[in-house]
Amino acid sequence: MSWVIEAENLTKTFAWVPVLNQVSCQIAAGEVVGVFGPNGAGKTTFLRVLATLLRPSTGKLTLFGASPQEAHVRRRLGFLGHESFLYPDLTPIENLTFYGRAYTVPDMQTRIATVLRQVGLQQWGNTVVRTFSRGMEQRLALARVLLHEPDLLLLDEPYTGLDAQGVAILQSALAHMKAQGKTIILTTHDFAFGLELCTRALIVDRGRIAWESDGHVPSVQEFIARYHSTILHSAFRIPHS
Amino acid sequence: MKQGAVFMDRVLPWLTCGLMLIALAFVFLYVPNERIQGPAQRIFYFHLPAAWNTFLGFFIVAGASAAFLWQGDRFSDLLAQAAAEVGMVFCTMVIITGSIWARPIWGVWWTWDPRLTMVVILWMIYAAYILLRVLAGDNELIARYAAVLGIVGVLDIPLLYIAVKLWRGIHPKVERMAPEMIWTLLVCSAAFLCLFAWLIWLRLRSLILRDEVAALRRQVVAVS
Amino acid sequence: MWALLWKDVLLEIRTKERVSSLFVLALLIVLIFVVALGPEQVQGPEIGAAVLWITLVFSGMLGLQRAFLIEQERGCFSGLLLCPIEPGTLFLAKLVGNILFLMLVESVAAPVTLVLLKLPWSWSLLALPLVLFLGIVGFSALGTLFAALTVRTRAREILLPVMLLPLLIPLLIAAVHVTSAMLAGMVWTGVWLRVLLAFDVIFVVTGWLIFPQVVQE
Repeated sequence: MSWVIEAENLTKTFAWVPVLNQVSCQIAAGEVVGVFGPNGAGKTTFLRVLATLLRPSTGKLTLFGASPQEAHVRRRLGFLGHESFLYPDLTPIENLTFYGRAYTVPDMQTRIATVLRQVGLQQWGNTVVRTFSRGMEQRLALARVLLHEPDLLLLDEPYTGLDAQGVAILQSALAHMKAQGKTIILTTHDFAFGLELCTRALIVDRGRIAWESDGHVPSVQEFIARYHSTILHSAFRIPHS
Repeated sequence: MKQGAVFMDRVLPWLTCGLMLIALAFVFLYVPNERIQGPAQRIFYFHLPAAWNTFLGFFIVAGASAAFLWQGDRFSDLLAQAAAEVGMVFCTMVIITGSIWARPIWGVWWTWDPRLTMVVILWMIYAAYILLRVLAGDNELIARYAAVLGIVGVLDIPLLYIAVKLWRGIHPKVERMAPEMIWTLLVCSAAFLCLFAWLIWLRLRSLILRDEVAALRRQVVAVS
Repeated sequence: MWALLWKDVLLEIRTKERVSSLFVLALLIVLIFVVALGPEQVQGPEIGAAVLWITLVFSGMLGLQRAFLIEQERGCFSGLLLCPIEPGTLFLAKLVGNILFLMLVESVAAPVTLVLLKLPWSWSLLALPLVLFLGIVGFSALGTLFAALTVRTRAREILLPVMLLPLLIPLLIAAVHVTSAMLAGMVWTGVWLRVLLAFDVIFVVTGWLIFPQVVQE
């Protein structure tokens, strides 16, 4: 089996305090991994380290069997974070043209039109992003991520700020990518949305992977019970049975 | 490493004190007066070694910074920080002794002599380095930034040297020193070098201890 | 790299904030000189060269920070780091952008300054753009590096000048000397041009090498 992500003892410290503590995991192509956990557990840090946005303090990260510093590895990576990474003074088309050039997307005009239609912003293509609402900007950010058709998609709380229509767009885009065999990792507080999609669930707490599903993804009810007991156990550092 | 620490803790302080006493004896009892400048010139034996240490400090900061940037070990980072702080102390010393020396010789406290100018600019670079550490807080990012400043600073020195020399015209100071003077200078340099190393060691130790205290405090907070 | 540059130029055309504010600031600094020293004092090639470069350094410093502030607003800098672009290329693109904008500002601000200071015309002034260019390259090389660092720290407004200015002194001494010689009607000032050139080469290369080490958090 070829691993898309191989993480060995990843530690990331902020102001010399570990936020991510000796995390190891391997994720295969085609997996959809839901990362759950309370605020401040290290979910975002985990994702940003995987996205090569943060340099791990210690430990080793391998993406697609290569060093994450290599440009061709980053070419296959998509990351959607809290911030949209869009220039407010440019229009969606200009923003996407810029990212399209940076990623050397072939047949760019058509591709931009496609993703804009996919997120339902086709009639807003020439309006400056600064005038957009939070939800519209998030949708455009999704378009930015889909633009270069990444093989590994990292999503940090993708549902925040989206209205019902936006959630539907996101869900269908993710389902589509899952069907294509792309690897997806997402963090969310919404158990129902997350569990519906994923093939593996992780609970992160206090900078460690506190629990990991084996084989099958539990139902929401089952998961909530598991979630609370895990957090409780990890708070008192009781080794898990 | 262990033996090195024992040397730094036990031997170096006494070595520094002893050498410093000998250096004082050399400067005030042994070396003859300079022909033109008279007794005022004796400050030179403190001034010049301090200036050398200022430069040495820059090179230690740059070396440790490069090691930190490419290896990321906390020790190099703390060494760079300690060397910068001690280097700045010596740099200040150079400026003050230079000023005291300038008063009887040139009749002014300050003159834009190329060497003095250079030392002042070095002082500014040290100050920027320390300000960055103080103002921006202590974290990994700032440590890397400080390392960049340390490396760029040392690259700036040759350019600065040339520019300042050309700026003020070249004042050739060919001083044929008597053997007594050379000996005194050597002893003083050794004493100052030991002092420099010892101070860096003390500062480094205190920085490492501060790290350990912070780590312990985190553990206490985590348990309670 | 061209994509990055195209984006920065497009943003500048859209907002016009960098070039216009730098230009106004440059003129204001000249004005303050004249007011503070009196118009009789602010004359002659030495003062002219000094005013020209002080203006450039202080107004340029703001422009440097803008170059990275536009990347901060919606976390765009992370977006850039994600792109399959070498971080060194990122540095070069920002550097070229800064040089471009500063040259643009100076192409108007420098002649206006010369006129305001009543400096006489001489043919040697034709070489002035070259000197400005050499100075701006060195200034931008160090400036881009340190602006990228300080923009993500607290107290960035203080830290950038405190870090940058002492390191720029060799460049400034050289640039002012060449310029004042030029304003006085001489063209060839070999040693100083070599210092300028050395500064440019050393710090463009240093920035390009070191930038990848510090862009990632």
